[in-house]
Formats: sequence, C-alpha cells, structure tokens
Amino acid sequence: MVIVLGVESTAHTFGVGIVSDEPRILADSRFNYIPEKGGIHPREAADNFIKNAPKVLKEALTQANLDIEAVDAVAVALGPGLGPCLRVGATVARALAAYYGKPLVPVNHAVAHIEIGKMLTGARDPLVVYISGGNTVITALHGGRYRVFGETLDIALGNFMDTLVRELGLAPPYVVGGVHALDRCSEGGKFVDLPYVVKGQDTSYSGLLTAALKAYRSGVRVEDICFSAREIAYSSLVEVAERGVAQLGKKEILLVGGVAASKYLVEKFRAMAEYRNLRIYVVPPKYAVDNGVMIAWTGLQLFKKGVSVEPEKAVVRQRWRLDSVDVCW
Amino acid sequence: MTVSTCVGRVSKVIYLGAEALIAEGEFLGRSVVFKQRVSKPYRVPELDRAIISRRTISEARILTLLEEVGVRVPKIVFVDPLVGLIVMEKIEGLVLRDALKDLDWEVACRAMVSAGREVGKMHRAGIAHGDVTTSNMILARDGDVYIVDLGLAKHVEDVEDVAVDIHLLIRVLESSHYSAREELFKCFISGYREVVGEEFTREVINKVSEIRLRGRYVEERKVRKTN
Repeated sequence: MVIVLGVESTAHTFGVGIVSDEPRILADSRFNYIPEKGGIHPREAADNFIKNAPKVLKEALTQANLDIEAVDAVAVALGPGLGPCLRVGATVARALAAYYGKPLVPVNHAVAHIEIGKMLTGARDPLVVYISGGNTVITALHGGRYRVFGETLDIALGNFMDTLVRELGLAPPYVVGGVHALDRCSEGGKFVDLPYVVKGQDTSYSGLLTAALKAYRSGVRVEDICFSAREIAYSSLVEVAERGVAQLGKKEILLVGGVAASKYLVEKFRAMAEYRNLRIYVVPPKYAVDNGVMIAWTGLQLFKKGVSVEPEKAVVRQRWRLDSVDVCW
Repeated sequence: MTVSTCVGRVSKVIYLGAEALIAEGEFLGRSVVFKQRVSKPYRVPELDRAIISRRTISEARILTLLEEVGVRVPKIVFVDPLVGLIVMEKIEGLVLRDALKDLDWEVACRAMVSAGREVGKMHRAGIAHGDVTTSNMILARDGDVYIVDLGLAKHVEDVEDVAVDIHLLIRVLESSHYSAREELFKCFISGYREVVGEEFTREVINKVSEIRLRGRYVEERKVRKTN
C-alpha cells in the first residue's frame, strides 16, 4: 500500500491530508485563516500558517494513526496561489522530505481540485468547471492535459462575489452556514440591468463589479444589486459551460472548487444539464474548498508514475497554469 | 421548441447549438433558414429576454451592414428581436469543412481564396466574426464562399479582434484539415491580402503569432521553451 501525505497552503487554508489507495482518505487536518476584516492579507495568512503548521501536521498523523516514517512520499501544492502562503507549505514539505528522506511530489493546486472531484464523484470524462476565489476555468482533459476551454478574463467568480459583498458592507464573514453572503443578500431582490459580459468562451466580472458598486452608490436597493449581479455572474458562467459541452460533445459536467458549494449556482447548472441530458457531478462541500487531501490524492497518482522533485528545486509557482501540467496517470 | 412564425414553415431542424436552434424551411414562399435563439431555464426571465433581444438585434445589424458593403452573407428576410428570431435567405451549397475533404486541390484552393476575400472584406468593414471556422462558411454552387453565423460577431476595437479570427481559422485548419493546412492557409491569406493589403495583413499575422505565444495554446509554448 502506498501512502502519501499532502500539504496545501495556496491561499487561506493550511491543510495536511494523508491518503492511500484503499482506504483512500486516512487523514484530513486543516487550519483556516479567517481575516477579521477585508480579504486575505497574504503575509498575515502566512504568519498564521507558520504558527499552526506543526499542530495541523501532528493532527493529521494522529488521525491516520501513523508515524511519519510510514509515509511513502510527501506531496505539496507549489502553485498557483499566493506567494507567502505557498512558501509556508513548500518549506514544511521540503523539510519533511529532506529530513525523513521521502520523495517530494509537486502538485498543481488546480489539477488537485479536479482530481479529488473525479475521485469522490466517479465522473469519468467530464467538462470541468473549476470555480473558486482565485480561479474560474472551464476545462476538459484532452491529449494528456487539462485544456482550457474558457476562463475569466479578469477576476475570478469567487473574488467577484467576495469583493462585492465586502464593498456593500455585508462581509466578512463571507460564508455562513454554507451560504455565501451574496446568495443571502439576493433574497427578495428584483432584477436591474447590469452589464452581462461573455466574450466568446470567456467570462468577465470586473466590469460587473464596478457597475454594481456604482448602482449601489446611486441608491439602488442592496437586495436588487445582489440579486442582479448574482444572476448575471452565475448565468454567464453556465452559458460558457454550455458552449463547452456543446462544442466538445461531453456527457458529464463536474463542478469543483469553493464556489461549487453554492447551492443556487448548482441549481442553475442542474437546469442546464437537464435539457442537455448531461450527468452532473458536484464535489462534496467539504472537499470543494481547499484541503490537503486533494494534494495528497493527486500526489499519489503522480508518485505512482514516478514523478518527484529534488527539495532544492521545489520552488513555488504563483502562476502555474493548469494546462501546463502533464496528466500522466 | 418551435420557430415562432405563422407565415412560414419549418421543414427540418439542422442544428441545436448552445444558443440557438437552426432550422430550414420556407417563409413567404422562399427557402430560408430560421435562427431561433432559445430561452434558458437557468436565466431569470428579465435577463433571458434582454440577452436574446440584444443579441438578435446585434446580429441582424451586423448582417445588414456586411451585406451593404458587399460581404457574401445571407440576406435577412425577417427579424423579431422580442422572440429572438432571424429568418434569412438559405445559401445553397456545401459546408466548407465537408466540401474541402472531397475537392481536388485547385478547387479547394480557390474556395479558400474566396473565403479569404470575404473575411478580408468583413474585417475591412470593421467587423470581427468571432467564430471563423470552416463550419461557418458555405461553398456556394458558383464556387464562392459565404460567411454564416454572425452570432458572436462584433465591431472591431483593436487589431487583436481580427487577429483572433485568423488565429481561430488556423486552429481549425490544424484540427480539421491537417494534411493540407499550410497550403490551404496560403490560399486563404492570398485572398485576404488582396482585399486588405500587404501592410494590414502583415500586422494581423504578427498579432496572430503574439496570440499564439501568449501561453493559452500549448504546442507553441513547448516550442518557446526549447528555444
């Protein structure tokens, strides 16, 4: 049995997961950095990661009831993500690998989100919609890589949602009881006209954000702004995904990433999947957000194919693109 | 889904795209193509109506503009933005993608030269197609090429917009007409150059190379890495 320990620290979560072939998930330990106000401050997040990393690591080993010696390889998310945050995870993983003489496996955070989604849902050949605070990508595996079919031209969907509610004075906290503040403030809203932007296969949210805040300053009701901005943002994503499905002839659609936890967004995708006769898979909320398990799981696939990196060469890559990774398993 | 008209008749649905239903039939006794944008259950009604009517109007305006400046596009017979319907003349001929596979070389090249001229005229009129593929070109019986499906067309703001058209065409030649891709593109660009001139063509081609190197398109990036 091969056992891999994975370290995640790309943004607001420092996570350690341990997986094996069967049973798959042996441990899942996380520390979440929640800013008191504003968004993520990369350095503060990193400082908090440093303080909590030993605890998270120990907790994972305790959950798995394993000694670190029993681990066959250490996987780490080297990107894409925030530099200061990434460096904490990279340092922890390099130290473990070097000190205990374990192979170090570099994992792309975006690929990991997709792979954990496939593993947990059983999707085989889906069009993948990866939506989170930092990513909005429509992709599918073709010829050994996740090819990007469409993506945001500016800010990510999650970033748009967070920034909007923050500027409207409704957050943080952004997500309460699994419901995003944008879904909450949309209740009872009426539709007002805001810019809907789809450019070919790509979406764009920065213009919508500016227009929504301008409407707010000119006195439009908050619930109307929330409702309209949400409808436009979600609908444009579903539209682009539908184009992808139509063009690539896919029969499955898989939603991964933190924003996939939005029930309301999933409903929209379900409505599209229904008339297109698609099977829809949604990663469970617990693994929709960042976690160490997904890094360990993807690391396991890579490790079995012999992929590893010397610790001194394991540098972080803040803009490591999804479609530059060879999916060799 | 039904094509909403009471003066025409739909005989055959040709294609259900992500956005619209395309059907053949007749309208006031003429052979036509119906393009019916369809409502999406995932959009709230206000947004759905706005998107459908805006895009219908935009497409109809662009088709009209192109026809006025002499680009071979289908003539509009009827438009109803409220229901998202465009009725247009049916172009008799073959989809260029399929036709290219059976044509002998000279005819194929002539068709690509004609395609290049039409795309050139469209760009010169300030319109970028947004989806220039050989599936969106029809080889008419007279040997000339018509451009169809202006659903993603827009007014050119930057040379990048037209370069994206050319870039997309190259990609289609690579994926659908691999064995003769370079020769076919040469034919296309000679027709294009004839219309827009040497200087503009060079500018566009340079921009295309830049787009390819921007990193979205993997094969090119591999080349760059090894340099």
